[in-house]
Amino acid sequence: MEEIKAYITAYCKIEKNQISLNGETVFHSEEVSFQDFSKKAYQQFEFNYPKFFKMDNLSKLAFLASEIILKGNLESETENNVALLFANKSSSLDTDVKYQKSISDKNEYFPSPAVFVYTLANICMGEISIKNQFKSENCFFIFDAFNSQFMADYGNLLMKTGKAEKVLCAWTELYQEEYQVFMCLVSKEGNLENTAENLEKLYKR
Amino acid sequence: MEALKLELKEKIIKVLNLEDIAVEDVNDDDALFGDGLGLDSIDALELIVMLDKDYGIKLLDPKEGKAIFQSINSMSAYITEHRTK
Amino acid sequence: MQREIFITETNIITPLGFDVATNIQNIENKISGIQLHHDKKFSENPFFGAMINDQELDAAFAKISTSSEFTRLEKMMILALHPIVKTVPDQKTAFLLSTTKGNITELENKNELPESAYLQSLAKKIAAFFNFKTEPIVISNACVSGILAVATAKRLIEANLYDDAYVIAGDEFSEFVFSGFSSFQALSDRPCKPYDSARNGLNLGEATVAVYITSDKNLAKKGDVKIIGDGAINDANHISGPSRTGEGLVRSIESAFKESGIQASQIDYISAHGTATIYNDEMEAIAFNRLGMKNIPLNSMKGFYGHTLGASGLLETVIGIESARKNRLYVSLGFDEIGVSESVNIIAENQDSDIKYFLKTASGFGGCNTAVIFEKI
Repeated sequence: MEEIKAYITAYCKIEKNQISLNGETVFHSEEVSFQDFSKKAYQQFEFNYPKFFKMDNLSKLAFLASEIILKGNLESETENNVALLFANKSSSLDTDVKYQKSISDKNEYFPSPAVFVYTLANICMGEISIKNQFKSENCFFIFDAFNSQFMADYGNLLMKTGKAEKVLCAWTELYQEEYQVFMCLVSKEGNLENTAENLEKLYKR
Repeated sequence: MEALKLELKEKIIKVLNLEDIAVEDVNDDDALFGDGLGLDSIDALELIVMLDKDYGIKLLDPKEGKAIFQSINSMSAYITEHRTK
Repeated sequence: MQREIFITETNIITPLGFDVATNIQNIENKISGIQLHHDKKFSENPFFGAMINDQELDAAFAKISTSSEFTRLEKMMILALHPIVKTVPDQKTAFLLSTTKGNITELENKNELPESAYLQSLAKKIAAFFNFKTEPIVISNACVSGILAVATAKRLIEANLYDDAYVIAGDEFSEFVFSGFSSFQALSDRPCKPYDSARNGLNLGEATVAVYITSDKNLAKKGDVKIIGDGAINDANHISGPSRTGEGLVRSIESAFKESGIQASQIDYISAHGTATIYNDEMEAIAFNRLGMKNIPLNSMKGFYGHTLGASGLLETVIGIESARKNRLYVSLGFDEIGVSESVNIIAENQDSDIKYFLKTASGFGGCNTAVIFEKI
């Protein structure tokens, strides 16, 4: 049986008010807050997905990167076996802290379900699954920093064991105004092999 | 009740993050859930919190929510009758 | 040649005891860990929940360490792992930690974010205690985390990236989570009743669970289990409500079957998720029916332990392993009358039954699902 090989076919980075796709800047803004920056980006790309405004910042960050990277990179509208392999350092702490604040005053005690649901890091993958109708393997990991070796190894094993046709692999880190997403689309054909070394190179570029 | 209806429209848009909807777009008898404004189950739960927080109404049976939140009209009628704030 | 992967050691720390044998004895006697609590720290009103006694926990931990540097959850995790770390961990030993909220209670009354709130910080502390050599792999994927960690460990070992793994899963009862589920109207005002017509929500619980997973056949004893298939597929439907057709769960189970080489009809027991919410239990019944599994004996352990979040998938797997070992089906506590639209075979009484293959499933917020098939050796 021919061995399945995996290749990095596209990558997207968002940090410091800038969005780049495959190394080229596709959006830049002067906005100071992530909230305003993400709104401007949403409007610029005309994403037309009102649910975006219900998302917490981590989900918005992951969502923006996924929309940009997936456009034109899926075989068809019905392709849905794209595994989501995400990781970060802060989990959902950005929203956790907000939620904790909302329950800290017993006299003003109105826990919000819309905030609580985002106190789980994997929700951002759920949002992407829903938007794209990806009925696929999902797992959210926590590491201290972008772990290129793990992401390459795990992404490759998902493809080789047939658990996924493609993998959307991402480091989606956000805590308050410090944010960074590095997202790659891994497929069966391409020029750049999905290795720790190549991921590291693209991440650092 | 007109002031309350306007207030509700503003609150719903703000609390539920309905970014591209303006107060003028919401008719008093529009269906809020399903085809109308397209609110979902989490929105319904948020509205229950809003009833408590802003109008002092504690909904003992959340299933009542379906009838109460049918439209701006039904919401303002219920709040007018039961509000404690 | 394809490696075979076994679970050869297990331990659990729960309100029903600090070892597997004590837990099984309580389950056999239908004693639930869910009790009525009056604790304003979590709620103004009395509530049903399954909580570990603090004095017992501290007394047990004092036997292992006199250090005061560990949080309550960390003590629970160390206690779970301690008796099963028998090998000398090296660079080919993975360490996986599964949790939804970790040390979330550390956020209370703090102006700054404490280091302990970071999940890797939690993992590194546990790893340091046991001298694990590899970077901890933390899985935080809602309520499927515990069983997803098993699938992940198995996949990593199968790919020869590691030879063995220690997995710890745990979550603590917290006001953070309690208030959140309360805002979702998801908590029951009574002991929970999975699949029952009178079910009206879940009870929260807490637990830590440790297992040792290995490709070394020599460590596998009769009665242990082999992990023969897995799948973890998203519903792509809604971030908090499950798919009405059980789409993700069905696909996860199908993926597990495809890999396992066995048929659905060969499954002798299903340890399902059964949180006792209206929607979850209904979704599961639909999913199991779609797969032709409606007659297979099924239970939820949530009637004994409540919903232990990131620990649940692994806790219930460990009980499932004991079920298989003893060829004993345990009652789905809280169940009286079927209350789902598709029929399923809920275990109504403890009973003997041959168990060679069992299926563990879990579902969670974000539309996630996980299914793993085990074979008793």
